[in-house]
Amino acid sequence: MNAKTAITLTVNGRRYDIAVEPRRNLADALREDCGLTGTHVGCEHGVCGACTVLVDGKPVRACLMFAVQARGKAIRTVEGLATAGKSGEELHPLQQAFWEHHGLQCGFCTPGFLMLAAGVLEADPDISDEEMRHVLSSNLCRCTGYQNIVKAVRAAAAQMKLK
Amino acid sequence: MKYIGVSHKRLEDRLLLTGRGRFVADLSAPRQLHMRLVRSSVAFGRIKSIDTSEARRLPGVVAIWTFDDIREIPPIDIRLSKVGGLEQYRQTVLARDYVRYVGDPVAAVFAESAYLAEDAAELVVCAIEDLPACMSALSEPGDFMPATLPGASTEAAVLTKAYGDLEAAYAKAHTVVELEVAVGRHTAVPLETRGALAEFDPASGILTMQGAAKVPHYNRDQVARMLDMPNDMVHLIQGHVGGGFGVRGELYPEDVLVCQAALRLKRPVKWVEDRHEHLLAANHSRDQVHRLRAAVDERGYILALEDDIYADQGGYIRTHGVTVADLAAAMLPGPYVVPAYRATAHVRLTNKTPAGTYRSPGRYESTFARERLMDAIARKLGRDPIEVRRVNLIPKASMPFDRGVDTLGTRVVYDSGDYALLLEKLLDYLRYDQLKAELVARRAAGEKVGLGLAFFVEKSGLGPADKAVISIDADGMVEVVTGAASVGQGIETVMAQICAETLDVPMERIRVVHGRTDRIDYGMGAFASRVTVMTGCAVKAAAEGLRDKLMASPADARSDTALSAEGWFRADHMNYPYGIHAAVVRVDEDTCGIKVERYIVACDIGRAVNPMLVEGQFAGGAVQGIGGALYEEFVYDETGQPLATTFADYLMPTAAEVPTIEMLVTEDAPSPQNPLGVKGAGEGGINAAGAAIAAALDEALGQPGAVTRLPVTPLRLHRLLARGA
Repeated sequence: MNAKTAITLTVNGRRYDIAVEPRRNLADALREDCGLTGTHVGCEHGVCGACTVLVDGKPVRACLMFAVQARGKAIRTVEGLATAGKSGEELHPLQQAFWEHHGLQCGFCTPGFLMLAAGVLEADPDISDEEMRHVLSSNLCRCTGYQNIVKAVRAAAAQMKLK
Repeated sequence: MKYIGVSHKRLEDRLLLTGRGRFVADLSAPRQLHMRLVRSSVAFGRIKSIDTSEARRLPGVVAIWTFDDIREIPPIDIRLSKVGGLEQYRQTVLARDYVRYVGDPVAAVFAESAYLAEDAAELVVCAIEDLPACMSALSEPGDFMPATLPGASTEAAVLTKAYGDLEAAYAKAHTVVELEVAVGRHTAVPLETRGALAEFDPASGILTMQGAAKVPHYNRDQVARMLDMPNDMVHLIQGHVGGGFGVRGELYPEDVLVCQAALRLKRPVKWVEDRHEHLLAANHSRDQVHRLRAAVDERGYILALEDDIYADQGGYIRTHGVTVADLAAAMLPGPYVVPAYRATAHVRLTNKTPAGTYRSPGRYESTFARERLMDAIARKLGRDPIEVRRVNLIPKASMPFDRGVDTLGTRVVYDSGDYALLLEKLLDYLRYDQLKAELVARRAAGEKVGLGLAFFVEKSGLGPADKAVISIDADGMVEVVTGAASVGQGIETVMAQICAETLDVPMERIRVVHGRTDRIDYGMGAFASRVTVMTGCAVKAAAEGLRDKLMASPADARSDTALSAEGWFRADHMNYPYGIHAAVVRVDEDTCGIKVERYIVACDIGRAVNPMLVEGQFAGGAVQGIGGALYEEFVYDETGQPLATTFADYLMPTAAEVPTIEMLVTEDAPSPQNPLGVKGAGEGGINAAGAAIAAALDEALGQPGAVTRLPVTPLRLHRLLARGA
């Protein structure tokens, strides 16, 4: 049970050679073995969505996937959203919109919402407001009452289309 | 430049948005051990034996403790609302002789990894002799721990708050209205579970616990006392905190255990609970029954009000003592004159998770009770519910208004308020007559839709004092050191705004320190909507002191030296925000689903330092309140087994269930008690949610007075629909 398997994860375009027990979930592997603690663990039973990451472009609950299942797949986490710009770190339109619209309070659920929205908007830039609210209901937030999250995602969607 | 009153973007956000936050689970120390607790699987029983032998044999297990291993550690003390006789009901950090709820910690496992610690915990075998569980505060009180504490009744306390001549009031009453209502068992559910990382540094002799929240200084003193260390050799530090709402940051058994383990095992010890544990082990709240009786005149003016409150305190008395019941009893009269009053609160222990405060503690419950009663009075007299409320409102001219009772060690004196004005503003905002007419038309067309309104008075700014130290270095960078704590509410931004306004320096040059007992010797933390009021005014005082020093010293003399100033703010009394919630709901008869179509929070907080953040507090609070009104409840079976231990059972609102919360934030009644005029904004968003939703449902169902119990789950709604058919 405790024997470790050597695997390689590709996260935000970078390779991580790690050794994990087969039972180690992807969230723990990202956090503990890759040092990417931006992915948060809120329930470990697939309801809250705080651990949402993109696996081959699709939003996935990292607590419900084993790390060994993520071999050979492209994983994206919140740490990969912002880019290096001319004058330092350039926030992703979603990050910028969450900031402008007060889409976060404690910030614990935020990485999960950002990755969920990023995955959905990349797949369907023209998603309707109603559909987007439905998608955002995949994740839980206990601070904001959701309205500024919804507002921020809408604003970011418009911004991303312009780009 | 102007900073106060501006919706400035938060200073906190960049780190949190880019995954660079440092929540406690993100921290690690070299050679750290991981703690996992073994928890009782029965609700009430006597511990016969705990067999740890098999678990100890697992490679990587370093230690396993039961009560015998830590018997020198005293029980966790009561922080607030200590009344006589409560001490015997306090919780030890591991169960002693008895277990009193499912989740009660009976053993602590320390191992090389978190997965291993969990494996080992599974192998610990507890033999517990089951006893009949008490699962309702309405049951006759029984024995707390029959063999260990003979005679200790599970009725831990009976509190009374009273004033005025009840008998005379009943004698001249036009009629008497009686009502029984109940609010279910809820908890706050911050998205981050609890956790701690404790480390002892032999070189300095200092024990450091990271993962603190809410009241770091108080908890530092308690950990030091319990582990027999000098206060200044214990440091509590908070990083980012994933929500609080009253539940996180109280001193829990796990905090003390990680600290003791770091000392004894001579390695850092980390503990992060899982969600299942959180729902079993972190404080629950609400779960009160109110039996109300009001003597009224022909207009519905309340001549006398009585309430018998039964509060389900759970397995032990924790840090909050009897706070929640006490606040319910003190705040029940709310915005109404009520010339004679008596509340009797029975604080009863049961075999559920121990209870404490959760956002608007005691007020969510008592507002539900009082506002249901106002609707019942209107119904009995055949009068308009708004008119009955108007008749009872405390007039502006009566402010400050001595409520006639005490709570949290202070006299309840409403500092300011124009309740009638806010009511008119809300009715205007709603276009009340037009909205009513629309709803009448929709009901006539067959829809089950209704509007409900509920008034409330909140409290905020609990003293006695707060301190801030502000310094400016040679480069013009300003550091504001406070004794406050952050639970995600944006205090860095708000404190920086207050500092910037006084010093006239850009906010970006200001750094705010909080939640560190090693940086400031005095701190009261973040609870009771106190930070903006208390810490904010201390920051203002310190900034003024620094400004005076800067003006007094010639520019060339201060170019290469740092300057600092200390500021204090003291308050003997709390202050009292107030407001009204309004809800429009629609019931689907076929599915027993409830749609909240509109939700409006009207609230006066005196003065908003950052309106965007204030609205954020109200929106978040309202949605939690809607959760408590419709979805959230800890349900148990008759043997005391909890039936809601995952997010699949403890249901919280998602983006799909809630409307955009509409906000009417007014500044008509600044607090005369502080130089900023501010009142707290943390709890007004949730206070009256249960009451407003209930009133709206009554109207939607066409059954006045139907809703007497929260949450209105589909099953309860089904019963109401069947009754109405």
